[in-house]
Amino acid sequence: MNEAGNTATPDRMHLPPAVVEMQDIYKIYGSGATEVRALDGVSLTIRAGEFVAIMGPSGSGKSTCMNILGCLDVPSSGAYRFRGVEVGGLDRDELALLRRNFMGFVFQSFNLLPRISALGNVELPLIYEGVKPARRHQLAMQALATVGLAGRAHATSAQLSGGQQQRIAIARALVTEPPVLLADEPTGNLDTAMAGEIMKELVSIREQRGITILMVTHEPDIARYADRVLFFTDGKLVRDGTPAEVIP
Amino acid sequence: MRALDTMGMSVQAIARNKLRSFLTTLGIIIGVASVVAMVHLGQSATRSVTEQIASIGSNLLFVMPGTAQRGPGGVRTNAENFELADVEAIRNEVDGILVAPALTTSATVVIGNANDTIPVIGTTNQYFAVRNHYLAYGREFEATELSSGAAVCIIGKTLIDEMFLGQEPLGSSIRVGRTACRVIGVLEEKGESMGQDRDKTILMPVKAVQRRLVGELDVSAIYVSALADGTTGTVQAQIESLLRQRRGASTGAADDFYVRDTQDIAQALESTTNTLTILLGAIAAVSLLVGGIGIMNIMLVSVTERTREIGIRLAIGARARDVLTQFLVESIALSTLGGFIGLILGVGGTWLVTWKLDMPLVISPPVMLTGFSFSVAIGIIFGFFPARKAALLNPIDALRHE
Repeated sequence: MNEAGNTATPDRMHLPPAVVEMQDIYKIYGSGATEVRALDGVSLTIRAGEFVAIMGPSGSGKSTCMNILGCLDVPSSGAYRFRGVEVGGLDRDELALLRRNFMGFVFQSFNLLPRISALGNVELPLIYEGVKPARRHQLAMQALATVGLAGRAHATSAQLSGGQQQRIAIARALVTEPPVLLADEPTGNLDTAMAGEIMKELVSIREQRGITILMVTHEPDIARYADRVLFFTDGKLVRDGTPAEVIP
Repeated sequence: MRALDTMGMSVQAIARNKLRSFLTTLGIIIGVASVVAMVHLGQSATRSVTEQIASIGSNLLFVMPGTAQRGPGGVRTNAENFELADVEAIRNEVDGILVAPALTTSATVVIGNANDTIPVIGTTNQYFAVRNHYLAYGREFEATELSSGAAVCIIGKTLIDEMFLGQEPLGSSIRVGRTACRVIGVLEEKGESMGQDRDKTILMPVKAVQRRLVGELDVSAIYVSALADGTTGTVQAQIESLLRQRRGASTGAADDFYVRDTQDIAQALESTTNTLTILLGAIAAVSLLVGGIGIMNIMLVSVTERTREIGIRLAIGARARDVLTQFLVESIALSTLGGFIGLILGVGGTWLVTWKLDMPLVISPPVMLTGFSFSVAIGIIFGFFPARKAALLNPIDALRHE
């Protein structure tokens, strides 16, 4: 177990650059007697290309940590640098641009827009980037092909299985070729077989693209696909190491 | 984000809920349609009044006993009527005019088995030119008939249709009051004018009406027509000073007669119709406002319903302004669509009503443009608050929304 993460390793000059640096992050709801410390002084560093699983019981702060990492939420105090940029000083629109340009999101409940085709869902981030229709179509079809669903481009979510929907969601997250993929319980709504497939998909994408993956999960089997596990309890990062080290 | 994509998204959202979108737009449709129709019909009514006034006779002055009152027709007081001598005096003293006396009464007219109460005007041959109402056929009064007050008459078209039942009236004898009267001419058809059937009338020599019908030797109105355009002002002034002198009004005392030109009447009527137009337009504008509130209501519901969608969009890179624009464009699209349909219905309604009521069709581009711009403006104004609400949603809360 390595409390300080990889930052203290002697050969840090040869390490990949830090994608995420958190320093004393607190997220506090309410005040006084009802004060809840969702995050209680968390510091961590994640480097480019890592596949990190964030674990912990419910209420441990793992989801809050994920939301702050994904710039969907802001910490109450502490410094958070994403690719060297201090996120604390950014406004809503700048955070949105950060998400758009550098992050892809995958959610537990897939969060595809209903009534829009798979292709339409995958094109959505490109629409907000202002990519022209022809180019957009081409990129979205490529992303769908990556997850093996080019044939279902015109299906809507109602016509797709859970596993397929999640793969469409992964295609949507990857279509802008972000350096970081954030996945919040990506297998939470899937059966074991389907979950395994999705995880293999993520592993292969990471191998192909060298993308950094941050994944929240409460299942040890899923966390074992990662090469580093962060374990949260009561808003504190209590363990940090390889799956073998962290998962009993 | 490209403008075309924003519009595409809005059109998709509108098309997704067709019935709801239609009902939302209905308020705007009705609002714009009624504003456009009301204002157009008001203008059409004004035009119609102006045209009718022109048909009464241009450069026409009415000289009436009594005190001038505002409003069409005025209110008569018990001032003394004029005399034929007054008419002669005007004819002799004022240059460049035609003048006709009028003694107006109504009498029971019997033709065969038909009888009806018909307005009878006692006048002279100058009536035709002064009132711009000529003979269709037959002849005018002869000088001897005028001076003796012979029982001859010239009748309007309505009498032929309704009482002669289409038979040839010339030369036949009709009963006017207690006088048997020979028909010598028929007036050309004039149609309705300000609610009056101008063809339902009988003209007789003024002296015949005085002696045979009224039993008084006076004249209830004098019609004067200025021969040259733009001289009605001077003619009016001359007539006023002449009559004041003849009727013995002391200086400073109010006149016991008044002179009206058709312009006055036209203006009075126009101001009435204009007031009505403004009033109806204002009521219609209120319905447009109500339509706007309907749009706002539905947009607020839509934002709540689509909270999760908004969360997803924010998570995958939509900026607040992208979300704001999307919802704003949606409400503008709804109201513009409503405005467009309303415009068509409004113009169509105007056409239908003017056609049915035989009014002139007035289509005014500024009115159409105003109605349409209002609908667009309402989309912006009433769409802004819901759109802002959507844009300010916290992505985390929105994503968790069920």
